Amino acid sequence: MDKIPILRMGPFLLVTIQVDLYDRLALNLESDLVQKVHQTGARGVLIDISAVSIVDSFMGRILGNIASMTRVLDAETVVVGMQPAVAITLIELGLSLKGVHTALDVERGMALLQEKLDWDTDVADDDGDNIE
Amino acid sequence: MANSLTQLIQSNKARLLDLWIQKQLTSDSLRDDLMSNDELRAQSEELVNALARSLTEENIDQVDSIQFDEVFEILSGISVYRAQQGFSPRETGLYIFSLKDAILDLIRQEITDPARLFEESVRINRLLDSLGVVTFETFIKGREEVILRQTEEISDISTPVIQIWEGILALPIIGTLDSSRTQVVMENLLQRIVDTGSNIAILDISGVPAVDSLVAQHLIKTVSATRLMGAECIISGIRPEIAQTVVHLGIDLSNIITKASLASALKHAFAMSRMAVKRIDVDKKAL
Amino acid sequence: MVITLSKDRMSISREQDLVPFRNRVKEAAVKIGMGIVNQTKLITAASELVRNMFRYAGGGEVLIEVVSKGRESGVRLTFTDKGPGIADLSLAMQDGYSTGKSLGLGLPGAKRLVNEFDLKSTVGQGTTVTILKWKNG
Ligand SMILES: Nc1ncnc2c1ncn2[C@@H]1O[C@H](COP(=O)(O)OP(=O)(O)O)[C@@H](O)[C@H]1O
Ligand SMILES: [Mg+2]
Repeated sequence: MDKIPILRMGPFLLVTIQVDLYDRLALNLESDLVQKVHQTGARGVLIDISAVSIVDSFMGRILGNIASMTRVLDAETVVVGMQPAVAITLIELGLSLKGVHTALDVERGMALLQEKLDWDTDVADDDGDNIE
Repeated sequence: MANSLTQLIQSNKARLLDLWIQKQLTSDSLRDDLMSNDELRAQSEELVNALARSLTEENIDQVDSIQFDEVFEILSGISVYRAQQGFSPRETGLYIFSLKDAILDLIRQEITDPARLFEESVRINRLLDSLGVVTFETFIKGREEVILRQTEEISDISTPVIQIWEGILALPIIGTLDSSRTQVVMENLLQRIVDTGSNIAILDISGVPAVDSLVAQHLIKTVSATRLMGAECIISGIRPEIAQTVVHLGIDLSNIITKASLASALKHAFAMSRMAVKRIDVDKKAL
Repeated sequence: MVITLSKDRMSISREQDLVPFRNRVKEAAVKIGMGIVNQTKLITAASELVRNMFRYAGGGEVLIEVVSKGRESGVRLTFTDKGPGIADLSLAMQDGYSTGKSLGLGLPGAKRLVNEFDLKSTVGQGTTVTILKWKNG
């Protein structure tokens, strides 16, 4: 397998990482995701890492990159389901994934993205009202 | 007297036990507060019997012989037990050395030839010294086990994670927060976050005596790890002295939600979960 | 004194070797009953060092050992390469220093994740990194 499937769920994209990624696979995921966000105009990306047992600085950087890149394309990225041991290790490694949103599970990640989307639309509506 | 040393001990087992018990009962190191005299007698009798059973003219000079395994086992049991009961090393040491005295008394009464008495005394000394070494070794092992168990218990007791509301966990920290403790706190907290699906954790530090830069670093790490999991962490119980030292040490806690009391942290947690606690108007309800 | 209980060697030449290598390290850690958090720390540190090996030195060899010292047991990993070596070790150990345009957390981060860390390097000859993680460390 050299591609990780990207699922579309309404205005969002969902990626579930099931295997330990070697570097090529992770880099492919980065470019595939950015392409897909652009193609679909998705407003959010969920990356489920609950099955991932190791996140090293390489993988951490990819997650950070994905978040920054999709943000430029107006989509927020949420990493969900990080295992406790992985979180403790990342902090000790010196990586706090600033700029990446996190949530406990896919459901809450989705709610978080929806909230941001609603808030965005509200602001846009308010702007419209003001112009009238 | 043609009797061999081993025969002498074997045929005078009861007398030897009496001599030994007598010595123990009159000794300063007797601890009848820790062990009853009946228990002491039963324990001593078991050891004397095992020793009499195992001893032969051949193995008496070879203490590492496997024939002494039973004696060593009983002796180890006794000294571990004493370690756990709180006997001092001195009291435990005197226990086994008073057996030496008793045996020496016995052979002094039985052996009249001075040359032979000297020779047998040396053998007895050597044997009992080895038993003494075993006693100390196992006594220390027993103490270590006690310490190990207590350490585990303390770290378990001192880091309880309480679910105070659906989605809200509280973790009161009592005592100093060093790096190994922080590990335990972090592991417990993060695991409970997963188990309960809570997205807010309150770390209450009112029971932490002092916060220096190291402790602050540990707190910051815990908060950061919680956030990586997708939960938020509030630190409560910040006393005025702590606020002062934190600022004096130049520690930046501005990225962390801090509250003075557990109550205000809980209020904040409710607000984050879009909940409010309201007083019920009793009069209206009665109508 | 540290005693070696078992030894296992693995040569690393491509990034595809990374995942099987991690599994070998995990096996050793599981064998001695290491807890999940320490396992994760060890494998993450190992992952950083093995990546450095194929990235900066074109590959090398790793020795995986199960060791013991008194009551404690642990896993020791030795990464040896014949690459260009590191000129300034203290610079390489700084958080954020990287000649590879990456995060520069590999060496200092790996050091924080294990109990013992030793880095030796000779320019033009290669680099050896040894790490040790105790079961309860
Ligand atoms: N095995 C090695 N051989 C040669 N140079 C190395 C090796 N490992 C690390 N380095 C050097 O040390 C620097 C820091 O490494 P590291 O902390 O892993 O960060 P990064 O890999 O992100 O650059 C690297 O950029 C590289 O210059
Ligand atoms: Mg590196």
